[in-house]
Amino acid sequence: MTDICLEFKNLTLGYQGHAAVHHLRGTAERGVLTAIVGANGSGKSTLMKGIAGILKPISGTCEQHFGRLAYLPQQSELDRTFPARVVDLVSLGFWQDRGFLGRITGKDRAKLAGCLDVVGLTGFEKRPLDSLSGGQMQRALFARTMLQDADLILLDEPFNAVDGRTIQDLIRLIKKWAAQRRTVLCVLHDHALVREHFPRTLLIARKLVAWGPTSDVLTSENLSRARNFQEAWDENAGWCEDERPGFSPTHEPDAGRKQRVAANV
Amino acid sequence: MYDSLLGPFLQYGFMQRALLGSVVLSVSCAPVGVFLMLRRMSLTGDAMSHAILPGAALGFLLFGLDILPMTIGGLVVGLVVALGSGLVSRFTVQKEDASMAAFYLISLAAGVLLVSWRGSSVDLMHVLFGSVLALNDEAIGLIVSIAAVTFLAFGLCWRALVAECLDPLFLRSVSRFGGPVHLLFLVLVVLNLVGGFQALGTLLSVGLMMLPAVAARFWSNDVRTLCLIAIVIAVVSSLGGLLLSYHASMPSGPAIIMAAGGAYILSTIFGRRGVLASALPSRRHRSA
Repeated sequence: MTDICLEFKNLTLGYQGHAAVHHLRGTAERGVLTAIVGANGSGKSTLMKGIAGILKPISGTCEQHFGRLAYLPQQSELDRTFPARVVDLVSLGFWQDRGFLGRITGKDRAKLAGCLDVVGLTGFEKRPLDSLSGGQMQRALFARTMLQDADLILLDEPFNAVDGRTIQDLIRLIKKWAAQRRTVLCVLHDHALVREHFPRTLLIARKLVAWGPTSDVLTSENLSRARNFQEAWDENAGWCEDERPGFSPTHEPDAGRKQRVAANV
Repeated sequence: MYDSLLGPFLQYGFMQRALLGSVVLSVSCAPVGVFLMLRRMSLTGDAMSHAILPGAALGFLLFGLDILPMTIGGLVVGLVVALGSGLVSRFTVQKEDASMAAFYLISLAAGVLLVSWRGSSVDLMHVLFGSVLALNDEAIGLIVSIAAVTFLAFGLCWRALVAECLDPLFLRSVSRFGGPVHLLFLVLVVLNLVGGFQALGTLLSVGLMMLPAVAARFWSNDVRTLCLIAIVIAVVSSLGGLLLSYHASMPSGPAIIMAAGGAYILSTIFGRRGVLASALPSRRHRSA
């Protein structure tokens, strides 16, 4: 089945000439739930920003075969002191449907109430944002993501400071998205959670370590390889010249592993 | 009582014009001030009001004390400063407060140089403090058009403005309008400052924009209500300031701003979210 949602072609992302995600290749299929795992500074959030189009690639491309994108960033620029109600925040999710000048209809309001019900926030419509707890805010943001009705959903550490029960509720929601043939990429640190709920995993350490079925990726060998990477920038690092197509850069995984990665994808 | 409150406006045409001009300006300025405050750009209004000076001064030097050239000059320079600092912050790592400070200081220095080059200090006082009691038809027409443009823009872009303040990164991920909406908002700020500069002068025009907005914050926690309360405070301050200036023979612009300042102090103390409310918390509470 050639049902590809995202295709990384030698994608390199970074800041000020330093690569943070190096020569990433691979594809993500429609309706697949993928966890993105890696240490701090391994390029997970950078990859998310690259897919969302907020960060332009240094080289390579990220080919997109999807209609709509929903992106829930890790460091939200959300102003929690802004005098808005929960319903104002969640209804931002209609943006792609209603556009710049559109108005929100009665049908939209019913749909919004349904989404609030799913995340367990019924009755919170009129509550000001600054009165929400961290977990309630995260639930509200998930309700907004639901309304966006996106084909590709990017979640960057969505369970930070969220309690166990809420995580279970939100995981159920994420699985429902995947069942609706939406592609979900989710950055996570909790390996137990990944093993339990995410069929596929992308392990990254500024370059791809492994990508495939979770049980094949989260091996102790891969994890120790992912831990030993250079986190700091090196001002004297040589320029990477390996941009020629068909050229296999020396810092790529060795050939055998590359084949395994390709087979897993 | 009746005479002293209504009399001045019934008897004198210049008071009627002053009232019309400052009330329309209040209705237009106050919501702009609310959004400036919510974006933590309260001092940007102040900086922008200084930035307008060289444009107004250039109009004054070339055409004398005539409203239209001074307004157009102020508008052009204000937009250059607003767009310049907006663009620098969009495309470089520098934050908007820093680029705004740089642009407005350059602009202010240029303005003072221009005014001191020709023209006496009396004229400078006029440019800086305005004269709401001398509004002519041109000036009133300008203020009314600016109010109309402001309300049209708010009506069309309300959701986008709220989204840009509330969650700019989200807006950027779903739409390309984030940047343009921000620039449009800066244009509205300049327009309203230029409108206010007719009535109150460059130094005080920002007062009618910001004081009612920051006073309103002590009363409400909802954007729409905030705008309405700010408008009411601004209109009442204009009325009160004009009466004060009439009866006590004070300059009208500062009198209006002082009235708004009084509204701010009262709100700070007695507002629903003000000092007294937080200093004297009620021990009564609901069980859920």
